Amino acid sequence: MYRYDEFDSRFVRERVREFRAQVERRLDGSLTEDEFKPLRLQNGLYLQLHAYMLRIAIPYGTLSSRQLRQLALIADRYDRGYGHFTTRQNLQFNWPKLKDVPDILDLLADVEMHAIQTSGNCIRNVTADHFAGVAADEVEDPRPTAELIRQWSSLHPEFSFLPRKFKIAVTGAEHDRAAIKAHDIGLRILRRPGTGEIGYEVIVGGGLGRTPMIGKVVREFLPRADLLSFLEAIMRVYNLEGRRDNKFKARVKILVHEIGAEEFRRRVEQEFAALDGPSVNADPEEVKRIAAYFAPPPYEELPERSVKLSIAKAAHRDFARFVETNVFAHRVPGYAAVTISLKPIGGVPGDATSEQMRIIAELAERYSFGEIRVTYMQNLVLPHVRNDELFALWEALDAAELATANASLVTDIISCPGLDYCSLATARSIPIAQSLSRRFADGARQREIGPLGIKISGCINACGHHHIGNIGILGLEKNGAEYYQLTLGGDATENAALGERLGPGLAAEEVPDAVEKIVNVYLQERSVGEEFIATYRRLGIAPFRQAFEKGVEGDQHAAH
Amino acid sequence: MAAPKKPPLPVILMANDLIDGEVVFRTATGWSSEPREALIAGNAQAADALEAEGIAEMSRNKVVDAYLVDVVLGENGPQPRHFRERLRTLGPSIRPDLGKQAQSVIEPRGVPHVSL
Repeated sequence: MYRYDEFDSRFVRERVREFRAQVERRLDGSLTEDEFKPLRLQNGLYLQLHAYMLRIAIPYGTLSSRQLRQLALIADRYDRGYGHFTTRQNLQFNWPKLKDVPDILDLLADVEMHAIQTSGNCIRNVTADHFAGVAADEVEDPRPTAELIRQWSSLHPEFSFLPRKFKIAVTGAEHDRAAIKAHDIGLRILRRPGTGEIGYEVIVGGGLGRTPMIGKVVREFLPRADLLSFLEAIMRVYNLEGRRDNKFKARVKILVHEIGAEEFRRRVEQEFAALDGPSVNADPEEVKRIAAYFAPPPYEELPERSVKLSIAKAAHRDFARFVETNVFAHRVPGYAAVTISLKPIGGVPGDATSEQMRIIAELAERYSFGEIRVTYMQNLVLPHVRNDELFALWEALDAAELATANASLVTDIISCPGLDYCSLATARSIPIAQSLSRRFADGARQREIGPLGIKISGCINACGHHHIGNIGILGLEKNGAEYYQLTLGGDATENAALGERLGPGLAAEEVPDAVEKIVNVYLQERSVGEEFIATYRRLGIAPFRQAFEKGVEGDQHAAH
Repeated sequence: MAAPKKPPLPVILMANDLIDGEVVFRTATGWSSEPREALIAGNAQAADALEAEGIAEMSRNKVVDAYLVDVVLGENGPQPRHFRERLRTLGPSIRPDLGKQAQSVIEPRGVPHVSL
């Protein structure tokens, strides 16, 4: 894992000290709320419906046991004993007091963490594939790239006041597990055909929110050494030409859309050609230094197959099912990556109690070289578990009610906090997730349905990624009541697609029936081995809409 | 920019406490975390006075984000008409153990759980 050097430590400590003084001046009245608000936001502190909320960056979703324990301690000492993992691999505390936040930030700095640039119109926390360094389909670990971008973008003077927020995601794998096409910039590490040289595919202008867009490729192959100067060229074009007159049209996706991908590309290339590359690009020695922190842990040489695992699977049905859904093949023989679902049936997606955090920290130390990953699906991962030890890990997880075997299944629902916490929300989203989770609680049925991503947002800002959910649910308000719009066919992967609206909005209590009808159409119509999204692509929306409308009409008849 | 539309009467004044962020209600004498203690403005003049107090209290750095909220009057005191503000008087609907609803005197009411 990356370790702060002297410069990093000093930078973070100084920032805490600065914010402590700002909070003091706010509390003694020297700063007004208008003056203070941008300062607190730059330090990740929001004011939500019931209280302040602190959003803590977890760069590229990588945590150590020590860090997770510290988060648990903060949850207990300064919050209400839990935290919420978000769709950008961050952690949010929902109840901190303003007066305590500087102390919280000091505790974070003790474990090399902070909340800088988790809000505001700057380059936000850089996210990455949660199976970074683990996945067999990976060209290269994306985290050194993400860390380099983090260092370059932290307090970058030119990019601290962008037209709007800016999100970057990186993957090093063939299969996109980081939703890179739904980011302002998505980077995919790849090998240049023919030469085998490693570089980047650069995608710009993706994003969700009120105007969802899939990102466009602006460079098919960017040599590794040119990364920062090319990013700088993109940021300059955006900073100069992104719209500042209208907040809702200020994201880079709107610029790319309005001038067209070709023109955007031309302007970026022009800027890139004019930039003094060597003065911007990272020193190769520095890149090497960063990469060294992400060297693989000291794996043992193990046989591919584990007899112990086979025996345990044969003896324990629930364990076998857990392995089937939550265990991911590791590139190193004898190891596996394990998804710890934060989606227990009827639970709050992404929430973890301080006790669970401590248990997971302990298990990571015992079984996974002290390393934990946060996924944008709002789950946690132990990335390096020996196959021989999977059963012992599962038993410990099961005892802590952390062994829900539903990764990527219909109850592995992404949900934003919605109107239960968020001041921007127009409707609640967590209760919808809970009701769907209960409706599809039966494990056998979930496995029969197979991979199916439901994603729920409580407003058009789309933190719950509803546009790229196989089934997307958007909570809105009409005439003083919450209602929900369904979309179908969204996809967050390398085949990224935006969902299509199914029909009129529904009351909360109608959502589970509607989703069930959609699922039933799929189960009836699917070919052997065909996942939901493939069936949807083959059939289009029509049969689903038909079933949905029948349901809506039927309900209306019943109501009259 | 046009002045924001005034909410229908009666209204109460809600805000967040500056120091701890808690939702608070303007009373006859100050601020309370109890909605039932909120001062109720039943006419335009009283509403304007309440709103002015909110602005003054924000400039005194006691509270942030103070604004008028229209309510219906029930036996448990004023209850916001809109579900968003109702949630603010209670706490997260999914965690009855947290927020104001967790304190003994206030019964969760008005915003039903989605029970299916």
